[in-house]
Amino acid sequence: MLTLLGVAVIVLGFALRFNPLMVVVVAALTSGLAAGLAPLEVLAAFGKAFNTNRYVTVAWLVLPAIGLLERAGLQEKARATIRSIRAASAGRILLVYLILRQLSAALGLVSIAGQAQTVRPLLAPMAEAASEPLSDDRREKVKAMSAATDNVGLFFGEDIFLAIGSILLIVGFLDQSGITVEPLHLSMWAIPTAIAAFFIHGARLLLFDRALSKARSGPEAEQ
Amino acid sequence: MIGLPLVYLLAGLMFGAFAVFSALDRENRKRFGNAAFWGLFALSFLFGDYFGDLGNGVLALALALIAGTGQLGVGAPRTTSPAERETLAETYGARLFIPALVIPVLVLVGTLVFKRLTVQGAPLVDPKQATLVSLALAALVAAVLAQVMFRQPAAAPLQEGRRLMDLVGWAALLPQMLAALGAVFALAGVGKTIGELAVMITPVDSRFAAVAAYCLGMAVFTVMMGNAFAAFPVMTGGIALPLVIGRFGGDPAVVCAIGMLSGFCGTLLTPLAANFNLVPAALLQLKDRYAVIRAQAPTAVLMLVVNVVLMNALAFHK
Repeated sequence: MLTLLGVAVIVLGFALRFNPLMVVVVAALTSGLAAGLAPLEVLAAFGKAFNTNRYVTVAWLVLPAIGLLERAGLQEKARATIRSIRAASAGRILLVYLILRQLSAALGLVSIAGQAQTVRPLLAPMAEAASEPLSDDRREKVKAMSAATDNVGLFFGEDIFLAIGSILLIVGFLDQSGITVEPLHLSMWAIPTAIAAFFIHGARLLLFDRALSKARSGPEAEQ
Repeated sequence: MIGLPLVYLLAGLMFGAFAVFSALDRENRKRFGNAAFWGLFALSFLFGDYFGDLGNGVLALALALIAGTGQLGVGAPRTTSPAERETLAETYGARLFIPALVIPVLVLVGTLVFKRLTVQGAPLVDPKQATLVSLALAALVAAVLAQVMFRQPAAAPLQEGRRLMDLVGWAALLPQMLAALGAVFALAGVGKTIGELAVMITPVDSRFAAVAAYCLGMAVFTVMMGNAFAAFPVMTGGIALPLVIGRFGGDPAVVCAIGMLSGFCGTLLTPLAANFNLVPAALLQLKDRYAVIRAQAPTAVLMLVVNVVLMNALAFHK
């Protein structure tokens, strides 16, 4: 029971906005010590897992290319392109992106887009440009919604692919429990949720558009 | 065989360059903090396998201390001004999109092709790491292409990379630290304890209540652990197998597929899923660390309700 103190440390630390890296270390020590491990044992277990999980951090290799393109004007070009399309709006752009992200993830292509390589240099500037003029608060909301749409599209698309990690985990787990399921069945039953996610998040994006245009014409409008 | 070691070497060299450029950056008052932080990243990627478990633990602790005591600043490498960028955008036009598109195309091709390439019977690329190798290769090719096409200075890729890396700051390390925390939690049996608690409070008499408890449990557990994969075995073993499937005859494929997706609703809600929720906020320089979570919360909550309804409607067809 005491091991749950580590979870409490995490919840409190994140809620009070302490530096998350420190919160993580303290939480690991708390749970480890509560489970009867020596401090150095906890540190070693932490270090071991830290080293084997380095691949998580490899994704930053994409930053030099993205930074270079930004230096040469990629964000500005993305904005200009959107401004030339009259029908473009933040919600519609994000809606199109949601479809593309869900479909490509459903084919197993989860790494062809992402927060560093797509959202920052392309998607967020495009969504911003399509809804200008924007107050600072609303600009922040448009950016956050761009990042959110990438996540929603990814999460509710990837489980339709047969060989994705989560499907393999389910198959393996059920197999250990003596139940055989076909990966195809699992991915098939991810489709209803995927469709619902498209309609729910899609509807939110269109409502988001409406709120943005109301803000532009309403009394709070700036500029 | 090309695999993780080569990718790690590349990452180590990149972070090493970030460290050196940081140390030389007089605009940044905290330049040595940044240099130490990225330098330790570099050491971890280059020599992590030789440090031993305790050594790596000390390294992780040092990284947390540098960030936690506020030693990280934001470097100011010389870059183009917004006005210059407008002009450049007009000059280069749509060509600017080419290197940006090279990344997804190469990842796609690499993922599909690398698994089949063999040299004298041995695979050229480690099949398990095909995606990661493709991503590294795509990033490298895109950077070289952009440098040649837009005639950028020699140091520009690394300086621009450092500019973005400093914006992300400590958040860059959080996903890896959380993965390590997950391992310690597993060792300490945190998941098992939460699972036992969840089973204790799950109602056993009604089918709908069991379904709702499983979906909700997956989401809440994922919020606490930051990862649906950690929640799945505990919740499925504790609630789905004995109750939803065992007692009420739910179809295992439907129950597990939708159960996992209920966990994903939790992923959208938790700061512990840092690479999805906190890193983008840093990359986009949002003032509110939790702005992305706020933006996706309504979708996540509605989807959780939808999952309960879908599981209840689809899993019991016999």
